[in-house]
Amino acid sequence: MSVVTTEPHDHESQHDHEHEHHDHKPGGIKRWLYTTNHKDIGTMYLVFALIMFFIGGTMAMIIRLELFQPGMQFVEPHFFNQMTTVHGLIMVFGAVMPAFTGLANWMIPMMIGAPDMALPRMNNWSFWILPFAFLILLLSLFMPGGGPSFGWTFYAPLSTTYSGDSTALFVFSVHIMGISSIMGAINVIVTIWNMRAPGMTWMKMPLFVWTWFITAFLLIMVMPVLAGVVTMVLTDKYFGTSFFDAAGGGDPVLFQHIFWFFGHPEVYIMILPAFGIVSAIIPTFARKKLFGYASMVYATASIAILSFLVWAHHMFTTGMPVFATLFFMYATMLIAVPTGVKVFNWVATMWRGAMTFEVPMMFALAFIVLFTIGGFSGLMLAITPADFQYHDTYFVVAHFHYVLVTGAIFSIVAAVYYWLPKWTGFMYDESLGRWHFWCSLISVNLLFFPMHFVGLAGMPRRIPDYALQFADFNAFISIGGFLFGLSQLIFVWVLIKCARGGVQATDQVWEGAEGLEWEVPSPAPYHTFETPPVIK
Amino acid sequence: MAKTSSIRWTLPTLLLAASANAAAMPLNMTRGVTEISQEVYSLHMLIFWICCVIGAVVFGIMFVSILLHRKARGVQPAQFHESTKIEILWTAIPVVILIGMAIPASKTLIAMDDTSAADVTVQITGSQWKWHYKYLGSDLEYFSVLATPREQITNRFAKGENYLLEVDRPLIIPTGQKVRFLMTSDDVIHSWWVPAFAIKKDANPGFINEAWTRVEEPGIYRGQCAELCGKDHAYMPIVVIAKSPDDYAAWKAGEETRIAQEKAAEQELLAMNMDMSELMANGERTYIAYCAACHQPNGAGLPGIFPSLAGSQLILNDKTAHIDIVLNGKAGTSMQAFGRQLSLKELASVLTYTRNAWGNDTGEAIQAADVYKVQQGEGE
Repeated sequence: MSVVTTEPHDHESQHDHEHEHHDHKPGGIKRWLYTTNHKDIGTMYLVFALIMFFIGGTMAMIIRLELFQPGMQFVEPHFFNQMTTVHGLIMVFGAVMPAFTGLANWMIPMMIGAPDMALPRMNNWSFWILPFAFLILLLSLFMPGGGPSFGWTFYAPLSTTYSGDSTALFVFSVHIMGISSIMGAINVIVTIWNMRAPGMTWMKMPLFVWTWFITAFLLIMVMPVLAGVVTMVLTDKYFGTSFFDAAGGGDPVLFQHIFWFFGHPEVYIMILPAFGIVSAIIPTFARKKLFGYASMVYATASIAILSFLVWAHHMFTTGMPVFATLFFMYATMLIAVPTGVKVFNWVATMWRGAMTFEVPMMFALAFIVLFTIGGFSGLMLAITPADFQYHDTYFVVAHFHYVLVTGAIFSIVAAVYYWLPKWTGFMYDESLGRWHFWCSLISVNLLFFPMHFVGLAGMPRRIPDYALQFADFNAFISIGGFLFGLSQLIFVWVLIKCARGGVQATDQVWEGAEGLEWEVPSPAPYHTFETPPVIK
Repeated sequence: MAKTSSIRWTLPTLLLAASANAAAMPLNMTRGVTEISQEVYSLHMLIFWICCVIGAVVFGIMFVSILLHRKARGVQPAQFHESTKIEILWTAIPVVILIGMAIPASKTLIAMDDTSAADVTVQITGSQWKWHYKYLGSDLEYFSVLATPREQITNRFAKGENYLLEVDRPLIIPTGQKVRFLMTSDDVIHSWWVPAFAIKKDANPGFINEAWTRVEEPGIYRGQCAELCGKDHAYMPIVVIAKSPDDYAAWKAGEETRIAQEKAAEQELLAMNMDMSELMANGERTYIAYCAACHQPNGAGLPGIFPSLAGSQLILNDKTAHIDIVLNGKAGTSMQAFGRQLSLKELASVLTYTRNAWGNDTGEAIQAADVYKVQQGEGE
C-alpha cells in the first residue's frame, strides 16, 4: 500500500473515547442479539466458526476412529456416511466461510477507513440466521433414518429417490446458509464500493480487501446456483419433477454440472481471502513491501474468472465427450499460472527482507509451502488420463485437505494471531502459540500426507472399511488425525488466555505493520473512523 | 494388485506394531497391465517430477531467504517491490511447461476414447451393491457380489488375504483382444474402477458410458466401486480374470451350456414341490446374500430408510403383492427387481423364508410354480 497518514493518534484516541459514551450498547445477551456493530458481528462469526470447527472436527475424529483398523468396529456404514457428509458441510459452510466473513466484518471497515459496514442491520440478520441453519442440519442427524448420508456433494439420484427424509431439512438448511452468504457478500461489496476513506483509491486497497471484494462477487454469482440445485433435488424427491431422473427425461449428470458450476467457484471463495491474509502477513514480518501488488490483484481476478470455466474437471469420469474433456483439462491447467504468480510474489516479498518469525508469520509460511503442495496435486488431478486413476480416491482427499486445512484454515489461524492483539488489546502468549503451530504443522502432515500414497495405491474415498493392504497407513493417518485434533485445543487455550489479559499491545502491534487498522488504538474502540482518515 | 513393479516399502510396520495383518502397500500408482495404463502411469510420473522440480526451486529459494534474510542477522530490508520483466517471465515459463504437459495428455485421452472395433463387448450394470455382467451377443449374464463373509467384516473371523476385494463370480475377459465395456446403472451412480486397466467410468442410471481395454497378460485384477452409492459402497468390489482366448472360449461355452441346463431344470422345478425345511434353509442363505444388507439379518430393517419385514402387513396379508414386490421391485425406492437376479428356486425359497422367519408364522411354503404364475400373469 502507498503512504498512509491519518490524524495524529492522540486525537484519534480521544475522539473515539468521547464516543464511547454514546454507544447505546445494551448489556448482556441483548448486546449480541441486537448489535449492528461490525466488530461485534465479526466476533460472533469467528466464535461461531470456531464452535463449528470443533463440531466438524469431532465428526472427523469419528471417521478416523472407524478407519483406524479394517473391519467395522465403532459405527455402522450408514452412520459413517452421515459423518463424512455432515463433516464436509459443517467445515465448508459452518467453519471456513463464516470465519472469513468474520474477518471481513472486523477488518474491512478498519482497513478502508469506514465507520462500519454499509448495511449494518442486514449484517446482524446475515449472522443470526446461521446458527439456525446449522441447528437444523445437526438435528436432522437424530431423525429416524438418520441425517444426510450422500456426501457433501449430494449427487442425485442418491440424494433424491434413494435418500431419507432428512433431505428436506438438509435443503432448507442449505437455503438459509446461502441467504446468509449472499447478504454477507452484498454487504462487503457495498461497503468497499461506497465507504472507502477519501484517497483510498482502488489500487491502494490492502489485498485482503481486494480478495474479499472479488470473493463477494463469486458468492453472489454462485450461491443462487446452489440454492437452485438443492431446490431441484427437493422437487425431484417430493414433487414429482425429474430434473435428474432419466426415466422422466432428466439426467443425473446434469446435477453434477449445476452443482460444480457452484462448487468450483466455491473452492476459490474459500481460498481467495486466504491469499489476502497471507499478502498482509508476509510483508509485515519481512519488513518489506508486497512484491507485485498490481499483479496480485490481476492474478486474483484471473483466478476468479477462470473458476467459472473449469467446473467439469470434477466430472472427468462421468463420460463427457472427449472435446469437452480436453477443454476442461486445458482450462484447469491454466489456473496454475495466476496461482503460481501469487506464490512467486510472496517468495519475492520475503527475498532480501528482514524477517522475524512470530506465530502469524509461521502459519503464513506453512501456508505457502503446504498450499503449494495442494496446488501441485491439483495440477496432477487436472491431467485427465491420470485423473481417471486419482478420481474419488484418497489422493483427492489429500489434495483438498491440503488446500482447505493447511490452506484456508491455516490462513484463518494466521489471521487470528495477526489481528488478535488489535481485537483484545493484549498480546497472545507467544510460546503457547508456537506450541500450537509446531504441533499443528507436524500432526497435519502425519494426517494428510500419507493419504496421497493410500490414494495412489487404490483406496477409494468415502468407505468405512478397506482392504488389508491399506491398514498400516490408515492407522498412521488416524493417529495423525487425533494429534491434529488435540493440537487445536492449544489454540482455544491461547484465545481464552489472550481475551482475559496479557501484555498490553501497542497500536501498531507489529514492527513492520502498515495500514489503517494499525493506526487505531489496541483494542480497537467500539467505533472507529467516524471521521474518515485522510490518505495521501 | 498384480504386476506392480513399483517400490514396496513397509515403513509403517516399523512404526506401528498395532496391525499384525500387514500386506505391503505399493506407494505409487500401479503401472497396470495395458498399453493405456502404462501411458497413464508415465503421464503421472512426468507431472509428478515437474511438480517436484518446481517445488524444489521455489521452496529452495524460500528457505534460503528464511535462512539469510532474517532480522536476527542484522540485515536491512531491501526496497524493491515490483519488476514487470520478472512478472512476465514467471507467467510465461509455467505456460510453456503446461503446453508441454498438455500434448501427451491429450494424445492418451484421445486414445482412451476410441472404443471402436472391439472383439468382445460386456455390458456392466451397477446396482446397490453389486455388479451385473452381460456378454452382448450371448445368453451369458450374471451378477457378481462380494464374497467376503460377514463374520470377517464384523471381526469375528480373521480377515482373508483378499478381504473386501473378492467376489463370487468374477468377470472373465480374453487376453490380447479389445474388450469394450458399456456401463450403466439400475439405481444410483456407481463407478467401475480397475486400476490395472486405468479404467474408471461412472455407471449412470438411464445412460450408457463406454470404455475399453486390451490386456496382454493372463491374471487376476481387482478393483472397487469408486462413486459413493449408499450404505454398502465399500462392499461392491470388482474382480476381473483375464484368460487366454482358448481358455476364455472354453469357459464361455461351458457357461452357456450350464445356463441352458439351468433353464431346463427350472421348467422341471415348476412341477415339483420342495419341502419346507429345504425352502427355509435355501431361503436363509439367499436372504443373507441379497436382502440382509438393507432389511438386516433380523428382518427389522433400518427405521426411516429400509422397512421392517418382521410383522410386515404386506407379507402377512397379501401373498401376491409380496411375490410381486420381490419380483419387480418398488419404483422410486431402493427395492430392486429380484426377478431378473435370482432363479425361481431362490425366489421361492427367499419368499418362504421371509413369510416364516422372525415371527412371521404364516406357515405357507411358496413353490417355484407360485412365483412363475405371478411372473407370467403379471396383473392377475
